[in-house]
Amino acid sequence: MKGARASRTTVALKLAMAVSGFLFVGFVLAHMYGNLKAFGGHDAFNEYAHHLRELGEPLLPHEGALWILRLGLIISLVVHVVTGVLLWRRAARARTTKYVQKKNSGVTRASLMMRWGGVTILVFLVWHLLNFTIGKVNPQGGATNDPYNLMVDTFDVWWMTVIYLVAMLALGAHLHHGIWSAAQTLGWTGTATKRRRAKTIGFVTALVVSVGYSLVPLAVLAGIITK
Amino acid sequence: MNLTLKIWRQPDAASKGAMHTYELADVSPDMSFLEMLDVLNEQLNDRGEEPIAFDSDCREGICGTCGLMINGYAHGPEVTTTCQLHMRSFKDGETITIEPWRSDAFPVVKDLVVDRGALDRIVQAGGYVSVNTGSAPEAHSVPVPKDDADRAFNVATCIQCGACVAACPNGSASLFMGAKVTHLGLLPQGQPERDERVVNMVAQHDHEGFGGCTNIGSCTAACPKEIPLDVISQLNKDLRTAIRHGH
Repeated sequence: MKGARASRTTVALKLAMAVSGFLFVGFVLAHMYGNLKAFGGHDAFNEYAHHLRELGEPLLPHEGALWILRLGLIISLVVHVVTGVLLWRRAARARTTKYVQKKNSGVTRASLMMRWGGVTILVFLVWHLLNFTIGKVNPQGGATNDPYNLMVDTFDVWWMTVIYLVAMLALGAHLHHGIWSAAQTLGWTGTATKRRRAKTIGFVTALVVSVGYSLVPLAVLAGIITK
Repeated sequence: MNLTLKIWRQPDAASKGAMHTYELADVSPDMSFLEMLDVLNEQLNDRGEEPIAFDSDCREGICGTCGLMINGYAHGPEVTTTCQLHMRSFKDGETITIEPWRSDAFPVVKDLVVDRGALDRIVQAGGYVSVNTGSAPEAHSVPVPKDDADRAFNVATCIQCGACVAACPNGSASLFMGAKVTHLGLLPQGQPERDERVVNMVAQHDHEGFGGCTNIGSCTAACPKEIPLDVISQLNKDLRTAIRHGH
């Protein structure tokens, strides 16, 4: 190829996907820490939510730091989804005649459901933002101005908790393969030992995140966290 | 052994193909998979039917010419090439599905034969080391650390059979490229062209229509030479380095 540019290759797309993915890993861990404040009660949870908006004041305006973080997340989301769609399309075109019989040996199920799992997480994200951030939907029809009470009202509805648990299962699977895959894409897993380590870190992080997030909805449903 | 074979038949690249079923009796478990197909072809010849076209050359697992999708596995259920697969790996009375490598970058030529020229063009794009010809230089004039030499040799065992592409759910040739980039990149002679090599090879790979890698690992499981996934990490690292160097 004459005049080939490194930044226009599939590997460059993967690099962009890996970097944006790692930013999301940092975000989900920080977000989980905030969620677990629910076990500290009404005031601890709401104060955390409130302080998030005051972060960086008076140097930054009200919600200034929060919007910087949100902007970073929005850019990461666009990069992650766009590169994902481009690579998905390429892969679909690379084999237009399917095998009559095809088996995948020695691979994890999580690695085969990155794309549809990602779509599941994206759909969930839209609902989650409508639920708690943009629209503020209280499935019990109550007030929405108190973050803690809105959270308890939401998870007291059993099928809402189910939706969140399914989403956390999808997120766990996505991280299980995604973290090690991103490390591989960034070229950090050049030996068998490093590859095993990256896979372990991916699995442990996925477990911590999916269990950590599931604790609060389950605790609400079990009556451990109440208004 | 008595076998039922479901085999992809396609008269030429332009025609549509389909699966055909053949019954084959008295197969010896000591036959290689290709010998089994030879026996079937002799019977087809006797009946005046067109024999099944498939690729093979050395039949000792070193040339990379053969390659069939057998029961959904590239090169069949064992970690070896199709020619080194023996009928003892199958059960009497079994139905065996045989298909060509499926990749839009590997067009079917006839029946089970595909054109793997795309891999040659990737090698032509950068999978080489440029040296002035002349008398061979003294081997010890360029020292290579033992570990690097061993690793370079291990990944240089890639025979370019295309099983990695055939097995990959994304139809990617990343394991193949990774093997070449790692092999040449570990050696002193490979350094001057290291950046251009990875960029040109990956660009050619994308141009041929192969998919991107998602690190699933089907390729390494199918590879008859057991090239490890490490080489894809090396490929990605070399490309990242090339970007940093302004390529």
